[in-house]
Amino acid sequence: MIDFFTALADPDQQFLLYAVIMGGLSAVAFGVIGTFVTIKRIGYLAGAISHSVFGGIGLALYLQVVYGIRWMHPVVGAVMAAVLSALVVGLVSLHAKEREDTIIGTLWAVGMACGILFMDRTPGYFNLGSYLFGDILLISRTDLFFVIGLDIVVLGVIFLFFNQFFGVCFDSEFTLLRGVNTSFFYLFLLLLTALTVVLMVRIVGIVLVIALMTIPPAIAGFYAGNLKQMMLGAVLICMAFTWTGLGVSYHYSLSSGPTIIVLAGVVYLGLLAVRHWRKKSTG
Amino acid sequence: MASDIVLRDIHFSYTTLPILQQVNISIRSGEFASIVGPNGGGKTTLLKLILGLISPDQGEIRVLDQSPVQAREKIGYMPQYAHLDLNFPASVMDVALMGRLKKFAFRYNKRDRELAKEALDRVDMADYSRHGFHQLSGGQKQRVLIARALCSQPRILLLDEPTANVDHETEENLFSILKELNREMTILLVSHDLGFVSQYVKSVICVNRTVLIHPTSHIEGSMIKDIYKGDFKMVRHDHRCTEGGHIHD
Repeated sequence: MIDFFTALADPDQQFLLYAVIMGGLSAVAFGVIGTFVTIKRIGYLAGAISHSVFGGIGLALYLQVVYGIRWMHPVVGAVMAAVLSALVVGLVSLHAKEREDTIIGTLWAVGMACGILFMDRTPGYFNLGSYLFGDILLISRTDLFFVIGLDIVVLGVIFLFFNQFFGVCFDSEFTLLRGVNTSFFYLFLLLLTALTVVLMVRIVGIVLVIALMTIPPAIAGFYAGNLKQMMLGAVLICMAFTWTGLGVSYHYSLSSGPTIIVLAGVVYLGLLAVRHWRKKSTG
Repeated sequence: MASDIVLRDIHFSYTTLPILQQVNISIRSGEFASIVGPNGGGKTTLLKLILGLISPDQGEIRVLDQSPVQAREKIGYMPQYAHLDLNFPASVMDVALMGRLKKFAFRYNKRDRELAKEALDRVDMADYSRHGFHQLSGGQKQRVLIARALCSQPRILLLDEPTANVDHETEENLFSILKELNREMTILLVSHDLGFVSQYVKSVICVNRTVLIHPTSHIEGSMIKDIYKGDFKMVRHDHRCTEGGHIHD
């Protein structure tokens, strides 16, 4: 493990230091938003949003290369796709009483398919794997500033509207009866989820991002007595998974995203099994 | 006396099948009324109409001389706790404070906390304010949800199946709390359990597509039979067995 820490100090391997900082900073937004996603049980919606991000990345690359629109960076495309799909997915889940899951599933798949089709029509080679499963080599200094900005926005919004989000997640009907615009806060939550997903795609990729968003809150939920404890726990656990995963993947020359996810998944399933077994033996 | 809740000639259907037809109800101020009827008979629909969560196809609803949506602020609502996520990490205080949610307010202030504590006190749950809501028994959860409804200082209390999933003793306890609250506010509750409710309730609204209203003392087996379309045993609470035997009043 020593090699990992010496590498952190090595200016030639600055990407690693960026990845560690990125992991720590994004865990804040991830733990907080992930907690709401987990308790509101909208992991499926977050999955659809993250996968449709791929369509946005494809479109951005296409416009950038074929039409020479310089500012159409993949990140810009990803943010636009995420925001758009958050709104569409949110409105569908608010208004479509039947077939909600089919509609969401369709958006999920069509988003990804569009991404591939755009890349087909774009000259040049693209490493799909880096978008799907993350690539820490892609992390730049600019990304770090984006994450800091996102953390500030997420913490600020949640500080101001904690009670409203709590109400929407715990008992939306009652919250509506108290005069709170629940549809607005629901869409707002999905929007924040979308932005958080986009930034974390760098480290763990589109496919794996949902696991890192929902596993830490799920683990924290085993022990938390209230929502704030659950959030704090989720942030710390997310940091621990990301950093440990980065260390292990560096040491064994593995892909960082999948390493982080396998680590998180094994710990979560292990804890579930232990809790199940304990419950059986005591009760 | 003024009527708190008035429904005039209400028709409602989700699809083409009518749920409620020609419903006329007037609930006076200070009433303790129970809506009873079979499952699918329209009880919950009636409650949702009064709360303004759905609008009638025809007819007019007035709550405290306002539209249901305008009057929401003055209604305390207790849903069935079984509809809530029972693993949700929230303390009893967190849940009670929801009654202090407002349209334009960010965080709870000191007065909100005081009112929530008072409300918990009234339902005998103040000692549990730091406990996890999910750790409570069914009856305790119901009491916390009543406290949540109370701390918005309502003029009308609406309760959806407050006696669902609780044992008899807990039911008694809940109703004695409600009886006490009835001195200050109008109470309307939904129940599928007619027999028990009649002891405290002043009038019963029977719902199965149409509505019949009875003062509790006038309920007869035939009415229940009409509504439920079947024979039911009636449990009477207004008589007791003495040592000497069974005396009806």
